[in-house]
Amino acid sequence: MDIAIACVICLIGGVVAGLIGVGGGVVFVPAMTIFLTKGQVEAEATSLMMIALVSVVGTWRQVGYGNVNLKDAAVIGLLSPVGVLVGVVVANSVPERALRIGFAMLALYMAWRLLKRVFAKDPDDPVSPEAGPEPLADPGPPR
Amino acid sequence: MEARRIWGLAAVGTLAGAFSGLFGVGGGTVIVPLLIAFYQYGDRLATGTSLAAIIVIALLAAAMHGGFYGNVDIETGLILVGPAIVGVVAGTAIQQRIPEKAVSFLFALILIGVAIEMMVG
Repeated sequence: MDIAIACVICLIGGVVAGLIGVGGGVVFVPAMTIFLTKGQVEAEATSLMMIALVSVVGTWRQVGYGNVNLKDAAVIGLLSPVGVLVGVVVANSVPERALRIGFAMLALYMAWRLLKRVFAKDPDDPVSPEAGPEPLADPGPPR
Repeated sequence: MEARRIWGLAAVGTLAGAFSGLFGVGGGTVIVPLLIAFYQYGDRLATGTSLAAIIVIALLAAAMHGGFYGNVDIETGLILVGPAIVGVVAGTAIQQRIPEKAVSFLFALILIGVAIEMMVG
């Protein structure tokens, strides 16, 4: 029964991954720790394996929809291991509480930037005041 | 690709990797908003490109966890990844049918949730 619940939660995690382009680990890890009583490290490691497979399929679908810049993705992906090493070093030298607050601040800043963009008026939208009035039709020469 | 762009994307990759190493969160949490905010990516292009970049990050991290420490439960992972793959196919299909800004809105809500969890947890 627990494995069935974990499967349903992972299905939801996959939908989230496809919708917003994250790996889904935020959902996979608790599914394993809560319903399959896995340890945190084992759950995170297993989740990473799942993320790799889910991302392959998700990328394949998004390539089909024309939504992938493979060159940029390659640069980001191939240079991320440098960051992983930096992260591990920083994690061992800075208090965890400070790290969590720092990340929370960054997440809030990103959320603010995204929301600002979501609610910004679209200049191409004819309803938007910035777009100005519709040009009047040429009335022709005066009679 | 011009050098400035490569350095910028390298910074995005490094930051994504750093947060992955620090908090065990997927790099996508960092990659998607950075691509949208600083590279004028559309929402769908950002999420698709993020998924492609995550393949490399997750493969390397999983290989290190599994190869060096034996932490990966392959059997459980293979059972759970089936429904997750069905989910990601559905998720990408749904994404093409909703307004692009809805993706940003959803992502912003998730970032706020992550921020609260980071501060309270």
